[in-house]
Amino acid sequence: MDNVITATNLTKQFGHFTAVDQISFEVERGEIFGFLGANGAGKTTAMRMLCGLSKPTSGIGTVAGFDIHTQTEKVKKNIGYMSQKFSLYDDLKVWENIELFGGIYGMNDQDIKVKTDKLMYELNFEKERNMLVASLPLGFKQKLAFSVAIFHQPQVVFLDEPTGGVDPVTRRMFWEMIYKAAENGITVFVTTHYMDEAEYCNRVSIMVDGRIEALDSPKNLKAHYSAKNMDEVFQKLARKSQRKE
Amino acid sequence: MVKCIDLHKSYGQTIALQGVSFEVNAGEIFGIIGPDGAGKTTLFRILTTLILANQGSATVNGFDVVKDYREIRKCVGYMPGRFSLYQDLTVEENLEFFATVFNTTVEENYELIKDIYQQIEPFKKRRAGKLSGGMKQKLALSCALIHKPTVLFLDEPTTGVDPVSRKEFWGMLKKLKAQGITILVSTPYMDEASLCDRIALIQKGKFLSIDTPLNIVNQYKNQLWAVRSMNMSKLLNDLRSNKSFENCFAFGDSHHVSIENKKLEIKTLEEYLLKCGHTDIEITEIQPTIEDCFMEISKDTTL
Repeated sequence: MDNVITATNLTKQFGHFTAVDQISFEVERGEIFGFLGANGAGKTTAMRMLCGLSKPTSGIGTVAGFDIHTQTEKVKKNIGYMSQKFSLYDDLKVWENIELFGGIYGMNDQDIKVKTDKLMYELNFEKERNMLVASLPLGFKQKLAFSVAIFHQPQVVFLDEPTGGVDPVTRRMFWEMIYKAAENGITVFVTTHYMDEAEYCNRVSIMVDGRIEALDSPKNLKAHYSAKNMDEVFQKLARKSQRKE
Repeated sequence: MVKCIDLHKSYGQTIALQGVSFEVNAGEIFGIIGPDGAGKTTLFRILTTLILANQGSATVNGFDVVKDYREIRKCVGYMPGRFSLYQDLTVEENLEFFATVFNTTVEENYELIKDIYQQIEPFKKRRAGKLSGGMKQKLALSCALIHKPTVLFLDEPTTGVDPVSRKEFWGMLKKLKAQGITILVSTPYMDEASLCDRIALIQKGKFLSIDTPLNIVNQYKNQLWAVRSMNMSKLLNDLRSNKSFENCFAFGDSHHVSIENKKLEIKTLEEYLLKCGHTDIEITEIQPTIEDCFMEISKDTTL
């Protein structure tokens, strides 16, 4: 099996508090993997470890073939990252953002130029190319942020609540971009609070109090918990939480 | 309780509100539902007397938002979208501060906030800045309620909040409504619409529709089908590439196809999909959700 992410007993403690408690799972190449959990369940901490930003207290993990303890710089080079909170620089133009991120990920100028032209055409963004990101509508920003996150063709892209706040049509168009990226072989690791989006994932894990309480395809999870949708599955599992914030 | 007539507001070139009129009845939970940038926050700021409209008028509790702003500030509670309490004061200090500002005491109105505040009371010595998201939300709501307002304005209280905490929060709102408080609440989550007595769908500074959630659903005129097959991604492409079924979007575990102006047989779609090579095809006629309605009503204005 071609796994892009592996985690074995991955744990993170802050003092006496175990934020992530021995989680183990694999994500296959090209898979859309939904990483769900209530606020405070440990999702962000787990994601930070997988992105090479936070050292695990114990347990092992690899991302894009690199060790998340010892090869964090290589991990960072081979992943893309986007979140609702931070993605692009508002005070740079569209093309400047692309050039900046392309450069950070070590792409050469020629590649950046050719790919920028192609991307502007695909997104139908030729008019916006010279605009400041601050002046773009939110839906445009999100599309651009996602495109920038996968611009260097990473093996895996981490999306941390990417779709908050946009209108229903834009939210769906965004997911169609995610599908397309996955079809092009980019593995997608995504967190969301929209339970209908959980249905779009090949597999979903649900974290409760630092542990992975369930992991399967949405179809199997619904069958297993006799739930009619993922919201019910989530409500059943997350209500078990003992954690007092 | 709240009445707006033809409100307009622009920030330079950017138009935030373009002619919003509506009324909110006493004791109602009134939801304002729409995406970021639709004008929700601007509307709340005008009604809570924090900014002035360019045109139009509004009253809250019978008071004019321009002339009687002092009276309005006494009788409304406002929870802004961004956490706006004092991060370096403790939970308890924040609550006391807001009580004092409104010439009251925590004890006097404790009954009203008891259910909510008790959940964070064990942490009352903690600084507000050190609270988790869910706890901040409960503290902000407690502070907005401590002077016993008659109208409560909640600007996106559940954004970024997980589904379990969201459900809890709506439970709290129901209890406040039972105590006679009128609530205006904005949200980008369409599934929360059904929890309101009436809703306004807002997009690009305009109200698209104001009604009960049930009536909005009943006014949906198209045929609506939920469609599934083994390969959902190919299914979406195949549906889009057929003129009759191109109005379709992913909705969780199925795709919703809406068909305007004409009656089609499910059989027609089934035959088409078989020809495209799909297996395990399931097509069912369904009732629209608020999200289906929003997408239909806003069709001409979305990007």
